[in-house]
Amino acid sequence: MDIATFLIQVLNGVQYGFMLFLVASGLTLVFGIMGIINLAHGAFYMFGAYVVYWLTDYTGSLTLGVLLGLPLVIVLGLVIERFAISYLYKRDHLYQVLLTYGLILILNEAQLEIWGTNFYSVPKPDLLSGSIPLTENLDYPVYRLFISVVCLAIVAALYLVIGRTRLGMMIRAGASDREMAQAMGINISRLFAIVFALGVALAAFSGMIGAPISSVFPGMGDQILIISFVVVVIGGIGSVKGAFIGAMVIGLADTFGKVLVPEFASIVIYAVMALVLLWRPQGLFGKA
Amino acid sequence: MTDPIPQTPILQTQALTKAFGALVAVSNVSLDFAEGRVHAIIGPNGAGKTTLINLLSGDLLPTQGTIAYRGEDITHLPSNAVSQMGIGRSYQKTNIFPDFTCLQNCWLGAQSRLNTSMKFLRPARTYRRVMERAERAIEQCGLTHRRDTRAAAMSYGEQRQLEIGMMLATEPGLLLLDEPLAGMGPDESGQVIDLIKRLSQHHTVILIEHDMDAVFAVADLLTVMVNGEVLETGTPDQIRASQAVQDAYLGTEDGGHHG
Amino acid sequence: MTMSRPTMALLLAVLAGLFTFPFYGGEFYVEMMAEMMILGIFAMSLDLLIGFTGLISFGHAAFFGFAGYMLAIVTPESEPIAIWWALPVCLAAVAVAALVIGWFSVRTSGIYFIMITLAFAQMMYYYFNENQDLGGSDGKFISWDPMVAIGDWQLLDLSDLTTLYYVCFGSLIFVYLLLTVMLNAPFGQVIRGIRANENRTRALGFATFRYKLVSFVIAGTLAGFAGFLEAVRTDFANPAYLGWHESGLVMMFVILGGMGTLYGPALGALILGLLKSEMQDYIERVNLVMGFFVIAVVLFLPHGVAGLVERLGRPKATDDGEAAP
Repeated sequence: MDIATFLIQVLNGVQYGFMLFLVASGLTLVFGIMGIINLAHGAFYMFGAYVVYWLTDYTGSLTLGVLLGLPLVIVLGLVIERFAISYLYKRDHLYQVLLTYGLILILNEAQLEIWGTNFYSVPKPDLLSGSIPLTENLDYPVYRLFISVVCLAIVAALYLVIGRTRLGMMIRAGASDREMAQAMGINISRLFAIVFALGVALAAFSGMIGAPISSVFPGMGDQILIISFVVVVIGGIGSVKGAFIGAMVIGLADTFGKVLVPEFASIVIYAVMALVLLWRPQGLFGKA
Repeated sequence: MTDPIPQTPILQTQALTKAFGALVAVSNVSLDFAEGRVHAIIGPNGAGKTTLINLLSGDLLPTQGTIAYRGEDITHLPSNAVSQMGIGRSYQKTNIFPDFTCLQNCWLGAQSRLNTSMKFLRPARTYRRVMERAERAIEQCGLTHRRDTRAAAMSYGEQRQLEIGMMLATEPGLLLLDEPLAGMGPDESGQVIDLIKRLSQHHTVILIEHDMDAVFAVADLLTVMVNGEVLETGTPDQIRASQAVQDAYLGTEDGGHHG
Repeated sequence: MTMSRPTMALLLAVLAGLFTFPFYGGEFYVEMMAEMMILGIFAMSLDLLIGFTGLISFGHAAFFGFAGYMLAIVTPESEPIAIWWALPVCLAAVAVAALVIGWFSVRTSGIYFIMITLAFAQMMYYYFNENQDLGGSDGKFISWDPMVAIGDWQLLDLSDLTTLYYVCFGSLIFVYLLLTVMLNAPFGQVIRGIRANENRTRALGFATFRYKLVSFVIAGTLAGFAGFLEAVRTDFANPAYLGWHESGLVMMFVILGGMGTLYGPALGALILGLLKSEMQDYIERVNLVMGFFVIAVVLFLPHGVAGLVERLGRPKATDDGEAAP
């Protein structure tokens, strides 16, 4: 592998890592703050992708698709939070798993009912459809670079929101001590709804901006969910920082796995997970 | 300190320290516990008493220091191995199996003394010696009349007694009792104090307790802890007379959080 | 493991019905009942983890599907393999897989355990789903049923539906009795203790990791046994059987039936299996109905059918009661 190919693979891995972080950070936030294991998280990713396909087709603009689509998916998430998830806050993980499993069945069927079994592609915006030449015969698509930049901006925004704002303070208080937060006059059910909406937004948004490069297909939510689990387990459940490191590790491992050991590509990330767990059973940044 | 009891210690800690991040809960504790004695550890809330017990029982691992039981290093043993050495403990917060009957609770303790419980065929209740041990423990802790009652259905005081019964079913030589009287009414307290007195005839006891009357009634030796450190160790009379202890209890100690 | 009288009576009636079923059931339903009984074994094996050890495995299907692939691998193209070889080899392979996965997973707890078992199961799923030598996502046909014979004397013909039905029925009862005996033995006492309060069980002197691991391996192997039977029944190794939808489904059997009761999960498999296959004829989107059904059970019937039956069977719940361990 020459330097240029290597560099491209690194860029691909990092970009994939950023995408994974967006999805996984939502999962880990919802667990860390609400104590909910949400299997339906991947379904919101999938709905994000389908909604943006639909709206982009309709309006002719990906930007408009995202701007109009994101609120739609968030509303869907809030409805589900209100009528299903909110009954689970004090219940055993077992029931959370089952109920959200039931949600997946419903959401997957809803997707099939609305959009069918076809694969769809979403066009990149004209402005971002070019490529940057790296060497004479290798170039790198601008859109992938754009994704990385957007994700980086969101990472920074998340960091600021959680670290510096009143909402972030409430989130941190809710995560560390629910009773205390309640005593401080924080409206827990509203806080949880906000956090859940944030998780949904992160998943849906990554499904949206990822749609032009990954295409849109049934079952895409299941796939991303499992990989997000691996990311979150590696990073330590509930830790946003851990999710970031885990996402980068998995993004790079998956990308290089496909190049270096293609016949085992699909199990490389699980092998990485096993190794990490061997070393730290609670994940890199998890609390023991 | 002049120790009037010339005996080899059954349990010995050296410079035992446990830190949770920046908070040092137990700091540099070196203590000898003499065989056959009741040794009470007292101190204000947050003094690190329960943390100390958790270190001794293997529920927590120390940051620094060593623990030796009958001369053997047990510092890094997990709680199951510590239990197998013959050190039993009861918990401050009732820690029983609520859906098991009283007998089943003690049964499980007794069964732990089988060489292994990797036995898959013979029904558990046909192991006669385990059953005898469990019945004996129930009798010792005074719950014979509650033998087949679900633990969750018993009164709080009875649950506290069962807490001790489960420990006795493992037939330990050294007992670590973490506030056995916590939350009990005077009648129930009296029963448990009698139980501790009876147990002390055949066991070494390390006792944490807030009820000072009870402590002075049963303890041979007292250690006062403040802020994770040992302030003083001595006989009840020595402790009663100690100016340092008076100051610590009557001085500026705020209750702090629970330790 | 005490059972109230009405439950007992119901259970006996069900058993009698199952025993005589091939005489009046008709081929289609006999075949279906054989499948339900296999799923019943699968569900009971998961109940050992969820209902008795307190380990919520979300990757249990991996062992179910893996056993099928093992049978496909050891069965030659040209002739049947003796079951005396096939079964032990397949179960041993599943047991080893369960040991390895369990060794990683069991040291974690709660949500970690759920996610890790799921991830490992998906790893196995992708391996078989993408392995072209084993048919990839199409799965692999098993050309011959294993031969149950001593010398030249054939004891059972597993390709005969009625025979297979009784093999499944016998296996279901065998696994139920096996688990019941194990749960009443000292081993069972320890894992129940772990489920109720692992720290306290450890403090009483039990090396809980070992007991959890053994429980995981036993459960995995029994799931493999069910998967073996399913592969014999369908003559097919299916990658979807390792997938997480299957793991979710079997978890659903356990909860619907009532975890911690053994017979409940088997009942759950029967009810849900029948429901699903009956619906398939009338409704296009079965999973949609299943999804709502799952949610309804979680919200309104958390102790499952067995819990309901027990409650109806014992109108006055007494707090005292239950005899020796």
